[in-house]
Amino acid sequence: MIPAQRGGRLSTVAAAFVIARRDFTAILFSRSFIFFLLGPLFPVLVGAMAGGVGQQVQQSTSRAVLGLAMPASENRAMIEARAALAPHLGGALPEFVVVRDAEPGAFFDARTALASKQGNVGAVLTGSAAAPVLVGTSERIAAWQGPVSLVAAQAAGSAPPKFPTVALQATATSKSNERHGRVVTAQAAQTLLFLLTMLLAGMVLSNLVEEKGNKIIEILAAAIPMDAVFLGKLFAMLAISFVGIGVWFLAAALFSSLIGQSLATLPVPAVGWPMFFALGIVYFASAYLVLGAVFLTVGSMASTVREVQTLSMPVTMMQLMVFFLASYAMTQPGSGIEAFAIIFPFSSPFAMLARAAQDADLWPHALALIWQAFCVVLFIRIGARLFRTRVMKSGPARVRRKRRLVRFPVRTKRSVAD
Amino acid sequence: MKMELGDWQQGGNASATGAPLAIYARGLVKRFDGYTAVDGIDLSVPEGAIYGILGPNGAGKTTTLRMLLGIIDPDEGTRTVLGAARPHDVAHAIGYLPEERGLYPSMKAYEAIAFVGALRGLPLSEGRRRGRILLEENGLGQAADRQIRQLSKGMAQQVQLLGTLVHEPRLVVFDEPFSGLDAINQGRLEGMIRRLAASGTTVIFSTHVIAHAERLCDEVAIIAGGKVPFAGPVDVARDRIPPQVRLETRSTNGRWQQALPVDVRQEGNFWHFSLPESGVEPLLRALIEGDAGIQSLSIERAGLHDAFVAIAGEAAAAALARGEGEELP
Repeated sequence: MIPAQRGGRLSTVAAAFVIARRDFTAILFSRSFIFFLLGPLFPVLVGAMAGGVGQQVQQSTSRAVLGLAMPASENRAMIEARAALAPHLGGALPEFVVVRDAEPGAFFDARTALASKQGNVGAVLTGSAAAPVLVGTSERIAAWQGPVSLVAAQAAGSAPPKFPTVALQATATSKSNERHGRVVTAQAAQTLLFLLTMLLAGMVLSNLVEEKGNKIIEILAAAIPMDAVFLGKLFAMLAISFVGIGVWFLAAALFSSLIGQSLATLPVPAVGWPMFFALGIVYFASAYLVLGAVFLTVGSMASTVREVQTLSMPVTMMQLMVFFLASYAMTQPGSGIEAFAIIFPFSSPFAMLARAAQDADLWPHALALIWQAFCVVLFIRIGARLFRTRVMKSGPARVRRKRRLVRFPVRTKRSVAD
Repeated sequence: MKMELGDWQQGGNASATGAPLAIYARGLVKRFDGYTAVDGIDLSVPEGAIYGILGPNGAGKTTTLRMLLGIIDPDEGTRTVLGAARPHDVAHAIGYLPEERGLYPSMKAYEAIAFVGALRGLPLSEGRRRGRILLEENGLGQAADRQIRQLSKGMAQQVQLLGTLVHEPRLVVFDEPFSGLDAINQGRLEGMIRRLAASGTTVIFSTHVIAHAERLCDEVAIIAGGKVPFAGPVDVARDRIPPQVRLETRSTNGRWQQALPVDVRQEGNFWHFSLPESGVEPLLRALIEGDAGIQSLSIERAGLHDAFVAIAGEAAAAALARGEGEELP
């Protein structure tokens, strides 16, 4: 027996570095990285288009007017009364349009007028100023009942002769506004986190599939721990994402300076912007690593791209549900739902980032990060074990057991071994 | 672990040189999902030898190699590789070329070699330097800066082979190294294996093409049905079956035919059969006295191929008799 040679295999960390360095370089100079950089443009464009369409819809619906179908004198009185009250009530009053100068006592079919597609009449006022009848959808008449009553009173001459002047003192914010603003910040952060993790997890999955296609995995498995392959791949993609985020921020800053406006219009989170950014980066890493580990495990169990797509679909759907869970939990601070969202490994980073926007305490983040780190390690180990078991078993899963006459060459039913 | 050098060759050949063993495995068993892929394999590979692992497709060769390399752990049995109980403890001294070839298509050839070396602990800069030298020495200097995807299949295979050797391992394991190579590159690979062995490197390779093993190997192990029915020097394997007689006669019929053994095979005026245990003289006498009209007679030692077919066939037939096998389509 010869004496043992020096030099065991690389440590997990060193081997992970070898893998991560290769993956990082390969991805950085690949076309997929260009698409990754352009990735956020698509939601921005879609968002802008959706916003434009929404604004258009809102504008068209907000132009609904109140149709007057009273006798001519009453119609005129109502329009004059509206003009007199408009300075006091402002936007609360709808525009008035004369639909019909009705004969006194004559019937006017308001429902038919409302069903007509002409004009933008939201409701019709019939009767008289003393006894007005408002016809329209329940939401519309509920909204306009008060203003119409005031205008009718003014037209009938029974309104107060004078309205006191209200002195105005504006403040920058209120507790209610602040709370609402932080929810908006938390929502924005969660959405960004979700989009980023999904984008990256998808990329890490395609990377693994490519690796299996290259058939290099056995060389890796023979030389280094499989945990290192997983770690290397995950951290390479994490590093890539940081490069991408850096590029996006630079581009945003450049765009901001060009148009001369600040893009950051979100309310300040409870922990302050610097800490929020720091926590955002850590929670992003955590969310990505947990999800990436699951995607890698899924990738290891699949042998074709189609299989990968089929297997990853439930994970993607689950992540979408998790996102909704975290979003809902954010609106229920201190509830059992929030506690569950914080403990559940997949939603924990999302829920905690939302908490950072709403609550200034830092100790829950320390606890959550320890828990999330534990989950990341656990998921990577399970994934690596499954991967090794799955990949290093060659040959078809089942072999025919049919027996024939003996004739060489013969193989055993154990032939899956080779 | 107690070494028993005396029983490291089932053929009982005394040429056991007492050389230290690069690999010593006993009773390796591997089961997958209820079936036994490898069923109690023993191997002893002397250091510096060229050792062939032969077997029909599906015999368990790759699983055996993977266990020896620590890619998968055996369910039973022990193995010692380069003196270490755990193959991973000597990973830097091992080179491995799997049957399924693979490299990153976007990598340049010399980078690919350096990367495989880096996996075995070779610094990347040194790997790049050695990669260029290795490519130059093997006639692939012009391909050093080309991406793998731009190389022919044979060239890419050679690049991977060089990656296996870049960290100067003491033990090299090739799984079906000749598959996919043309005759010229097969010859080059044979030359490389000989040079490796001459420099003291132990080379183990699996193959189902016996000619390579016959030309290269000092010793072979024949695997069939997850077992090793034979392990030892090539000569011992060949001696397992008797010499083969090739007889040409003028007559195709006569009482002289009674002298031929039962395994005789006729092709026109030619007769092929194993040399009877009684030897050549009684045979000749019977042929002459029986008026066979001998035109020519040659006695050839059995080749490794014949020995392999006989040994592996017996093992597979035995496995089939035990209800464990099936014939190939």
